[in-house]
Amino acid sequence: MALSEHLRPVAPALWEFGPEHRPGMRVPVRVYATKGLLESMDEQVLQQAANVATLPGIVEASFCMPDAHWGYGFPIGGVAAMDPRHGVISPGGIGFDINCGMRLVRTNLLWDEVAPHLRNLVDALAHRVPAGTGRRGFVRVDRDEFRDVLREGARWCVRNGLGLPADLAATEAGGCLPDADPDCVSERAIERGYNQIGTLGSGNHYLEIQVVPEGGIFHKELAGAFGLHRPGQVAIMFHCGSRGFGHQVATDSLQVFLRAMPKKFGLEVIDRELACAPFHSEEGQRYFKAMNCAANMSFVNRQVILHRIREVFSRVLGREPDELGLVQIYDVAHNIAKLESHRTGGRERTLLVHRKGATRAFPPGHPELPEAYRRWGQPVILGGSMETGSYLLVGAETGAQSFYSTAHGSGRTMSRTQARKRIRGETLQKRMQERGIYVRGASWRGLAEEAGFAYKSVDEVAEAAEIAGLSRRVVHLQPVGNVKG
Amino acid sequence: MDPRHYEFVDAVTSDLSFVARGETLEQAFAAAAEALLAATVARPEAVEGRVTLPIRLEDDDLELLLLAFLSELVFRRDAQGLLLRVGRLRVLADGRARLEGELVGEPMDAGRHRLEGDVKAVTAHGLRVAALDGGWEVHVTLDV
Repeated sequence: MALSEHLRPVAPALWEFGPEHRPGMRVPVRVYATKGLLESMDEQVLQQAANVATLPGIVEASFCMPDAHWGYGFPIGGVAAMDPRHGVISPGGIGFDINCGMRLVRTNLLWDEVAPHLRNLVDALAHRVPAGTGRRGFVRVDRDEFRDVLREGARWCVRNGLGLPADLAATEAGGCLPDADPDCVSERAIERGYNQIGTLGSGNHYLEIQVVPEGGIFHKELAGAFGLHRPGQVAIMFHCGSRGFGHQVATDSLQVFLRAMPKKFGLEVIDRELACAPFHSEEGQRYFKAMNCAANMSFVNRQVILHRIREVFSRVLGREPDELGLVQIYDVAHNIAKLESHRTGGRERTLLVHRKGATRAFPPGHPELPEAYRRWGQPVILGGSMETGSYLLVGAETGAQSFYSTAHGSGRTMSRTQARKRIRGETLQKRMQERGIYVRGASWRGLAEEAGFAYKSVDEVAEAAEIAGLSRRVVHLQPVGNVKG
Repeated sequence: MDPRHYEFVDAVTSDLSFVARGETLEQAFAAAAEALLAATVARPEAVEGRVTLPIRLEDDDLELLLLAFLSELVFRRDAQGLLLRVGRLRVLADGRARLEGELVGEPMDAGRHRLEGDVKAVTAHGLRVAALDGGWEVHVTLDV
């Protein structure tokens, strides 16, 4: 019997099946979705969420966000909190692209003033922010200085004139995770990553110019608090991660964990990509500290890209960055594991929350939020496909049920190979241009793979997250120009 | 056997999976390396053998060995800009799994190689090295 047949509705946009339906499950699986999203969800998502539910130390449930889809190890859109005292850390619950995340920047420009410059802006961004395979970044550091980058995160950028203190205040954890130890990182990871600072990468990474459409404001007061409240207002959103550095950190740890699991820890997993180690073991701690280095590298990567964006807008529009009001709204990770304090089982506990393709969404009043947002809640950046638009959401008190986690994007419904069979990159570019979206891709194949039809409806994902109480919609954003990695 | 004995399959929605086959373990590993190259550049047959690198790896079992082998190729491409395939290979599975041989290829050249995909990593999801009647088959999922 398929696991989907065991799913029972337990609350609005929330479904569950219990641990009795699959041997080894320690907790239930909970899926956030409307009926429509659930029907389009691959059965494999449930299998993978059930596999996650078998991991030692998992607390409460194995969660799937509304954009969940079939990944490797954990489903993408998977959330699992472990008790760090006896539970595990799993690189498969974070992904190879450690701290892949989103950054949203507002401007005080209106679409009418930007429209005549759109092509120049997109072309200049494509030129100045390297994208695609094997591209080198514009920030040059040697290997020793790269270790400082890993320790300091985005603070290193501000110290080197590549960012503003206000950018740090609007970045998760101030752009610097403290438990980062470069001594836990291999030379290979450093060799792979030290010259990639300031690169977008490829796959589903992008840099997009967006506009607040008429009727796109869902919550006027919150939109005002985040400074994105005028129809026609232009914003910039981008999506990228820790590049080859993070990929190598994850690759190294996966191999270490796979070798240590049977011999040292006596652990067996259903899927080898769920490789894990007790959080407090030497292997677990080394990975955690290396992962935090990769998370810091990723904050740096997005910070220097923002610096380039400011340069490009200033040069193309012939105005100082200050005049353009290029203010970062927020930067948030969606592939990470963090130690956080949550209330579960009637008491406050420190948990290791794995979010893989899921976004932290702290509620109003949360002490970890910057002062400017504490009254309103954490901004959440939901990146849609390059054809259909994105959302700014905000965390809600009712999100405690998922350890304050929500969706991260639209979620694929079609494989990359299928998408390529359906459309050619050249055709897609032309079609998007006819609809007023100017797109430049690093490769035609990569462009075709990211076609809008390969994704779920971002509107439905944002709505499902709101119905379930994980987050609220603030502003819908429409793409007008896109640099595709 | 043709080293291009691989096919990309519709498996993991967000990533890229393939099955590679060979009459021998060496051929199956070489075909997997070829699939990885095809995931990276548009015309893998245009990659010439201008550089030779020795390779020697050892691991607990054949699947971990394949993971380490393909991860080595990903590292060489991303860190050193080298597009590589198998030149000569010997795979041994006598208790420990071991591999020794040579990789051949050339540095990426934007004028001749159209880069198509940035393979981030080789995952362990569904990773399989299986003996079949008259040969070997490997299953791999790449994070792209």
